[in-house]
Amino acid sequence: MSVFDGLKFRKVYSPIHNLDPRIKFIYVCAIFAVAIIFGELLPLITLFLMQIPFVLLAGVKRQWLRSMRGAVFLATIIFLTNFIVAFMGGREIAQSLENAAAMTMRFIVLVESFSVFFLTTSPDHLGLALEQTHIPYEFCFAFTTAVRFVPVLAEEAQTIMDAQKARGLELERGNFLKRIRNYIPILIPLIISAIRRSLELAEAMESRAWGATKNRTNLYVLKIHRSDFVLVAITAGILATAIYVRLFFGIPSLNQLLGGLL
Amino acid sequence: MIEVEDIYFIYPSGVEALKGISLTIQNGEFIAIMGQNGAGKTTLVKHFNGLLKPAKGKVLIDRVETTKVSVATLARNVGFVFQNPDHQLFSETVEDEITFALRNFGFKENIIKKRVTWALNLLGLTQYRKTSPFMLSGGERKRVALASVLAWNPKILILDEPTIGQDYQQKEKLRQFILQMKTQRKTTIIVTHDVEFVAECNPRVLLMQDGKIVADGEARKVLTSPGVLTQASIVPPQVAQIFLQLPDLELPKNVIDIYEAQKILLNSLEKKAK
Repeated sequence: MSVFDGLKFRKVYSPIHNLDPRIKFIYVCAIFAVAIIFGELLPLITLFLMQIPFVLLAGVKRQWLRSMRGAVFLATIIFLTNFIVAFMGGREIAQSLENAAAMTMRFIVLVESFSVFFLTTSPDHLGLALEQTHIPYEFCFAFTTAVRFVPVLAEEAQTIMDAQKARGLELERGNFLKRIRNYIPILIPLIISAIRRSLELAEAMESRAWGATKNRTNLYVLKIHRSDFVLVAITAGILATAIYVRLFFGIPSLNQLLGGLL
Repeated sequence: MIEVEDIYFIYPSGVEALKGISLTIQNGEFIAIMGQNGAGKTTLVKHFNGLLKPAKGKVLIDRVETTKVSVATLARNVGFVFQNPDHQLFSETVEDEITFALRNFGFKENIIKKRVTWALNLLGLTQYRKTSPFMLSGGERKRVALASVLAWNPKILILDEPTIGQDYQQKEKLRQFILQMKTQRKTTIIVTHDVEFVAECNPRVLLMQDGKIVADGEARKVLTSPGVLTQASIVPPQVAQIFLQLPDLELPKNVIDIYEAQKILLNSLEKKAK
């Protein structure tokens, strides 16, 4: 469940936490776009390293590391599939390795930036940001509720696992298919309790006059500060540099660089 | 027998839930663990079937250390019924739900059939045999969860909040059943906030507060000690409250049973009449 831990917001204050969520989201999208623009290992590693100051500044190193650890499993699958497909396709080993590493790095950069975003943005701020971009309140509410319930469901999954283990269920027992089947007693209660929870939430909301007025007002209103403009500048800089490099420079592969050295 | 030797437990979030707990529970004992929310009651009992392992100290079940065996192995002897039945029900019918654990433990088909019938009968669920557990009411689902654990006849039974959502009749049945467990030298441990239920059963009471045991003794003694009870945010049972609030009548202070109280009050009235 460590992947979910990496997405769980904790109330702390840091320069990154105080940034406007809309600007932060634009920044994450820019990083996302740059990670897609480049398929080579070197720029992707640079992109990865560039986020680390943000993590340190936000003071969420521990949770961030946990989410990175949670991504290891998927990252390994991505690496292996890419490597095998490239190698079978007739490429050299070194080239296939680098290509697979680049694709894995791209995934890691995506997880990394989203993790930083969710770790430093409270669901309330996220909802406000969506509302202030004139997205209908119903959608904003559905979205923030979904985000808010991810850690709750993760916790519930743990309790369900405990309850079934207490009835003699061994998740790690049997062959591959049996192991997948072992998860049925965990998934069904989880889905049912999520549905039940959502129905209860709907009733609770209705009884608290949800949707009674058309024009909702907010106690807090998001404002753009000076530090937000700095992030806008950084984002624009990263995007511009990335596009410039992509268009006018050939990016050497790690193999070529090392080969040149040798 | 359960032996707990000076255990400590810290959750990954950093909360220290148990702070040096030691206790011994003999076979056939009936124990109620009480205390306010977050006192560490559920954390403690989760150590008895190995779901949680102590950070420091030891838990031994029949002289076997819980860190040395799997939860499934321990679960064969230690049945644990969770507070919320919705955390375990998943089968299409009540019958399948009860069969689940029996299959996990490798019982033979003919024995499984007998055990299922026995458990359904015991908890008054026979008419729901082929019903989906999700169609049942909250209290009934709770009984299905209980039946699914009782079916394999564990030596130690742990019930987390068993009386929530149960009417008086079901509570009485539960009490009778626990007494029956006692006569079979089986251990029952309940985690509960239901003071009246505990008063009716008169078990050994463990009072917990802030990860420590603050009182351990007979229910009639612990539940009539206002000092420790206030500390653990528990109100004495109603009968005890009456006796504690009538100091002028010179009544005994350690009464929690209604019938005993009735007898004492009648005697006292008779004496006054003379």
